[in-house]
This record gives sequence, C-alpha cells and structure tokens, in this order.
Amino acid sequence: MNSPISTAARLSQWMPRLVLAPSFILAMFFIYGLIAWNGYLSLSASRLLPNYTFVGVEQYINLWESERWWVALKNLAIFGGLFLFFGMAIGLLLAILLDQKIRAEGVLRTVYLYPMALSFIVTGTAWKWILNPGLGIERVVQGLGFPDFTFDWLINPDRAIYTIVIAGVWQSAGFVMALFLAGLRGIDDSILKAAQIDGASLPRIYWRIIIPSLRPVFFSTLMVLSHLAIKSFDLVMALTAGGPGFATDLPATFMYTMAFSRGQIGLGAASATIMLATVAAIVVPYLYSELRSKR
Amino acid sequence: MSAPVPVTTTVSAAARPRASAQTGPVSAPKWHRFALWSVLFLFALFFLTPMYVMLTTSLKDMAQIREGNLLSLPTSPNFDAWAKAWSSACTGIDCGGLRPFFMNSVLMVIPAVLVSSAIGAVNGYVLSKWRFRGSELMFALMLFGMFMPLQVVLLPMSQVLGWMGIASSIWGLVLVHILAGLPSTTLFFRNYYVGLPDELIKAAMLDGAGFWRIFWRIVVPLSTPIIVVTLIWQFTNIWNDFLFGVVFSGGASKPVTVGLNNLANTSSAVKEYNVDMAAAMIAALPTLFVYIVAGKYFVRGLTAGAVKG
Repeated sequence: MNSPISTAARLSQWMPRLVLAPSFILAMFFIYGLIAWNGYLSLSASRLLPNYTFVGVEQYINLWESERWWVALKNLAIFGGLFLFFGMAIGLLLAILLDQKIRAEGVLRTVYLYPMALSFIVTGTAWKWILNPGLGIERVVQGLGFPDFTFDWLINPDRAIYTIVIAGVWQSAGFVMALFLAGLRGIDDSILKAAQIDGASLPRIYWRIIIPSLRPVFFSTLMVLSHLAIKSFDLVMALTAGGPGFATDLPATFMYTMAFSRGQIGLGAASATIMLATVAAIVVPYLYSELRSKR
Repeated sequence: MSAPVPVTTTVSAAARPRASAQTGPVSAPKWHRFALWSVLFLFALFFLTPMYVMLTTSLKDMAQIREGNLLSLPTSPNFDAWAKAWSSACTGIDCGGLRPFFMNSVLMVIPAVLVSSAIGAVNGYVLSKWRFRGSELMFALMLFGMFMPLQVVLLPMSQVLGWMGIASSIWGLVLVHILAGLPSTTLFFRNYYVGLPDELIKAAMLDGAGFWRIFWRIVVPLSTPIIVVTLIWQFTNIWNDFLFGVVFSGGASKPVTVGLNNLANTSSAVKEYNVDMAAAMIAALPTLFVYIVAGKYFVRGLTAGAVKG
C-alpha cells in the first residue's frame, strides 16, 4: 500500500508544518522566552552583570522611587500627547486637502512622505543643527529684524522635550497622511454624491460623513503612532541624548542608560517590563479583535 | 524608524487614486483653490526646509556658516565637508570618517534583508494556502513580535549572542535583524497570498504538483510586487536601525547610524556643522534613493493593510 504517490501526499501534508516550525520555534524562544528571561532579570539582584539572586520586586520599588523614571514617564505623556495630536491633525488635514483633485498630488505626496524614509538619527542630527541656539533658527529670525529673538529650547530643560515633538511630527505626519489618504480613497462615492445632491456643503460632508467613516483608519493610525511614541529612542538619542541632564529621557532611553551604561541591569529590565505591559495593554486587544473579525 | 504595520488584509489597495472621485468641489470659487494651494505649498516648505538646510550646510565651509545663516546659499559650494565626513572625520577617538560604518551597514543589510524576506515568503505561503489546525494561532503568536517594545529582549539577547560567539559582530546584527524582521515579512506575504485565488493551487494539486513545485512554479512568479515591497521595507528598516546597532555592535561592527550619531555628538574644539550635515546626507542617501526610485512600493509597505477592506 505504500505507493510513492501516497508517501509524496503524506509528505505534502506534513510539509507546511515542517516549513513553519523553525520560524515558530524561533519566535517562541526569541519573543516569549526572552520576555520571560527579562522578567526574571527584573526580579534579580543584577547590576553590572547578570546576577540571578532572586530579590523579589525590589527593582520595581527602586524604579518607582526613581525621580528619573518619573521624568521619563512625564516626558512620554507630554511627547506622546502632542505627537499624537499634531501628527493626526496635520496628517488628516493634508490627506483631505490632497483629496481635492490636486494636479500635483503625486509630487506633493512624495514631498510630505520622504522624511519617513530617513533614519531618526538623520532627522535628529538635522534638527539639532536647525534648532541650534545661536547659529540656527535664532540667527535667521534675528536677521529678519528681531535682534532680541532667542530660541534656546534645545538646551532649556523645560523646553527641550518640545523639540523632540517638532522633529517627531515632521518625520511622521506624512505617514499619517498616507494612511488617511488610502482610507479616503476607499470611501464609496455614491454616498457622497447623494449628499452633494441633497445640497450638503463640502465641510459638512467631511465632518458628518467622511471623517466618521474613517473611524477604523483613525483607530489603526492611533495605534501605530502611540506605539511609535512609546518606542521612541533614536530621535531622542540623536537630538538631545536625553539631556540637558535627563530632562528629555523617555522610558526607552531610560532603559538603555540603566541597562547598558549605568550598570543597573535589574532596574533596566524592570523598566522594560513596564514598557511591555503598557504596549501589551494597547496591542493585545487590538490584535485579538483584528484576528477575530476576519473569521 | 520601524513603524509597525497594522494587521489586516491586502497590500494592494493602498494609495491608488479613486476611479471616479467626486469628493472634490465641483465648481469651487477661485479663492478656495488659492487657499488650498497655499496651505499645501506651505506644508511642502515645512517638509523640504530641513533637507535644504542639510544640503546647503554640507556644501559650505565653516567661515560661511559663521557669517551667513541657515537659509543662505553657499557662496562657493564644494564637497570638502563630504570628503571629510566620508574618510577623515572623528567619531569619538578614531578619525576614519563614516566609511567603515557605511561598509558595515552594507554588509549587514544585504544578508539580513534577503534571508528575512525569503523566510517570510515561505511562511506567508503556508499561512495562506496551506493552513492547518493551529496555524492561525501560531501566526498570532508570531505577530506579537512586531509590536512588543524591543527593549524587553535587549538584555537576554546580548547574552544569547555572547554564548553563540557572535556578540559585537556583524553576524550578530544580521541574526537579530532577521529575527526581528520575520513577523512583518511573514505578515506581508501572508496578506498578499490570501488574495491569490485558491483555485490556482487546487488546480495545480490535481495536476500532481506538490508543495514546493506550486510555490516555485505558480506562487513565486506572481509575487513580484510583494517581493519588491518587502525588500524595500526591510532595507529601509534595517539600514535605519539604531537601537540594535548601538546595543549589539562592537568596535569594528558599528552600522552607519551609530557612526553618524557618534560623529555628530563628538565634541571637538570647533564644531563642524557642515561635516555633520554631510555625514547625515551620506547616511540618508541609500534609503532616500530607494524612496525616490521606488516610492510607490515604499508607501505600499507603510500602508500595508492599515486600511480595512
């Protein structure tokens, strides 16, 4: 009964599993295994080197008592809030304007979106020069006839976080535009024509019909942006390196500093676990609903 | 950059102009159009100015930088700053310019992009055309890797790389980038292959073709767009990565983003902004070039599946 055909057929049946298995095993180890490992590190006495002596939640207590961690969280709130708001607002505005049958749409779209092709390190380096107190924008405005104008946000501990917002929005607004534009192009024309025939004005059509129907796009864009905000690391490193002092620390830079340059591995691991919990709280319900709704 | 890609559905419907769009004003007044254009133009300026500043600054010498301002054109443009950034600028204590870092990035990006895309293609093929009990769950579990903050694996990963003997080497970076890229490449190919008609596969099976034969003869030839999207996406992400580069590379394996950051943050007696900007341009050129020649595919990668339906 063991004809070559049935062997081939049986192999064919198992092939998909065999092919997917290595990736799945790697994912299980390198995602969940390492997450668990990191979790254990966060409960250990590790400092400069991993030290697997169990100390319970001591690192978490240290973390929440650390002033620097609170600064990082406060910065994430400021940066995240403004980055989301301006990123969404500018992106949506540009998408709606570009949807008005603009002749040069292709060129403008390319211009708005190119920052997304750059590394955040490039963006940060460029903006650091533009915002340079002394030779940057300050000099330009002074040259326009405002000799007393000063612009020192980059080195002002109370203002530096806003420079990160500026550079972040500059980099990401075009991305939001692309997402919304794709959403706008997916809207059924007949509804809009009907509204126009009924005499609804254009702003009204947008406000009442188009924007509400973009709700799924809003949702996924918000997801993507908040995820970008929580992970933000490169931009801060290039623009302010977390400074002045640690005035522009974000959780990601806090984790990096503690784990890789301050010899506080346990503390770094604890902050990484908090970041994971935050992201998971946003992403897991999203993934769940996305995958369910597709059945 | 590493923007996560939202999960649902096909890559193909991204930014295609609507066939018979009627949302635009049918006969808007002239000033309306004028205002519209002004806003669009001002935003274009906002997005282009940093690039203009980078480019012009990189073509000036320090005297011009001190005398002029950000927006002034270079009086005698030259590539001295570029030459210095490429081969003799100081990054920390060594002064070999950006070239060794750039080469490291090239050596890292080629194998990492090819391997992660190839595995993603096969995974996507299984997850769309050869589903089995539990395959959707496996996919969901793998997908989480795209969303988790990478900080949570940095510490254990550096230990694993140490055990494998590839810590601080380019091969370590290649491995990390392949692993980190698998969820998104798998997602891209899966979502694309879901759109291929199942009848194609069934017909081939009736003709006696097996798993691999169908893949090579039928699926791969139909995959050109998604292969391009995935290659570009992976190239851009891996080239632009900084986090893995700064954590997992050693003295001789640092990628270009790390080199640029070190160069721009090296404090010297006289800060040479023109060299910084030239270095930033050099680090940006490869991805910028890809964006300009194949922007359509890059945008498709970005918006892949973000919009339902």
